[in-house]
Amino acid sequence: MDVNLLAIIFVAIFANNIVLSQFLGICPYLGVSDRLETSLGMGIAVIFVMTMSAVVTWVIDTFLLVQFDLVYLRTITFILVIAGLVQLVEMVLKKTNPTLFRALGIYLPLITTNCTILGVALLNVQAGYNIIQTIVYAISTGVGFTLAMVIMAGIRERLDLADVSSYLRGAAVSLVTAGILSLAFMGFKGMMTL
Amino acid sequence: MDFVLATVMIGGLGLLFGGLLAYFAQRFAVEEDPRVEIICDLLPGANCGACGFAGCASYAENVVKGEAALDCCIPGGKNVCNNICEVMGADSVASGGNKIAEVYCVGTNEVTRNKFYYHGVNDCKAAMMYGGGFKACQYGCLGLGTCVEACPFDALRMGENGLPVVDVERCTGCGVCAKACPRGVIKIVDAARTGKVVLCNSRDRGKVTSDACEVGCIGCKACVKACPQEAIVVENFLASIDSEKCDGCGKCVEVCKRDVIKDVVKVAVG
Repeated sequence: MDVNLLAIIFVAIFANNIVLSQFLGICPYLGVSDRLETSLGMGIAVIFVMTMSAVVTWVIDTFLLVQFDLVYLRTITFILVIAGLVQLVEMVLKKTNPTLFRALGIYLPLITTNCTILGVALLNVQAGYNIIQTIVYAISTGVGFTLAMVIMAGIRERLDLADVSSYLRGAAVSLVTAGILSLAFMGFKGMMTL
Repeated sequence: MDFVLATVMIGGLGLLFGGLLAYFAQRFAVEEDPRVEIICDLLPGANCGACGFAGCASYAENVVKGEAALDCCIPGGKNVCNNICEVMGADSVASGGNKIAEVYCVGTNEVTRNKFYYHGVNDCKAAMMYGGGFKACQYGCLGLGTCVEACPFDALRMGENGLPVVDVERCTGCGVCAKACPRGVIKIVDAARTGKVVLCNSRDRGKVTSDACEVGCIGCKACVKACPQEAIVVENFLASIDSEKCDGCGKCVEVCKRDVIKDVVKVAVG
């Protein structure tokens, strides 16, 4: 399948944003987005894990599952692989790079069960991307996720100080904001799709 | 055949990752001092930063490394200090005793004049940027609750009259509120002190203070003359009582025309 890499980047970040258009990863999107700092940390951790797991799942899919005609095992295999992989990386990081380990902190094990990671791994193989396209797609999806998180965190930091009516304060106004943000991103869909 | 293949595939991958995990767990094991975790559990876990470190975990690490004193945890007070000493095998350190936050302002909405009507971001620091705050008194509490937001122990709430109230049961004296207050109205004081206290922060001249607020201290020195213990001094038009000397006789309260001298908050010190 021949798809322009630039098109993949644009679509993954804007037109088909993983959070705002595909509604995957809503949990961290609402849970960790109350501060700019934490949302950025989460975003970077997601980019890291997403790229890594996309590559490994692609390799396993291409050389094991497709070869042996076991494509129906994709979901369960990918879950297993991602969980194991993240644990491995956590151990290695803790030993070799404590600074990075502390920066990614609690996000690493949290991400293991994040649906965006599994989602991207599955979307990759369903779209039939080759390895280069897989890497590009995973990184740009991660960037799209980070973008959504950072925008949301920026808005929520201001919402904290705004004079919001008492009925809407807290979760309610956050959900309304998320909805409007998602509507805004839907506008990109008219520009380009894959 | 499919069944066997699927079992082998999932089982094989599971075995592979299981083996890898077991190998890496040994190969990349990080030796951690078990005392770090023990001390971390002893600490209050509010990550208030009163100790001067980034959080409870960071403080625990530094204690074990020997780079931090054992009595830095203010919220934990004596108990936590003693527990840490026990874990570290050190003799108990004499810590300064429990502290508590006190709001040095009694200028409620009814008695303090406003310079102008403020409608903006609901935060004292933001309000300070507009002409130094909307209250006519430039030292008093603005009452927008920046301290309440800042408190890591939920020990502050905003009272009906526009002044924060300290919950003495919950307050640990960590001082986060005192740092958050742009006007320095909140002070961290000894929880065990007794007697009377002048709850005012205004260092303006008497005329300016009395124009702005019905209850602010104008520095008239009536209390200084009335005090038999000579515990009261007036500095910068603001009276203050030395709690070491004060015996709580209440003569100052009788002569004060501004009704700004109050009993100190009674705290059960355990």
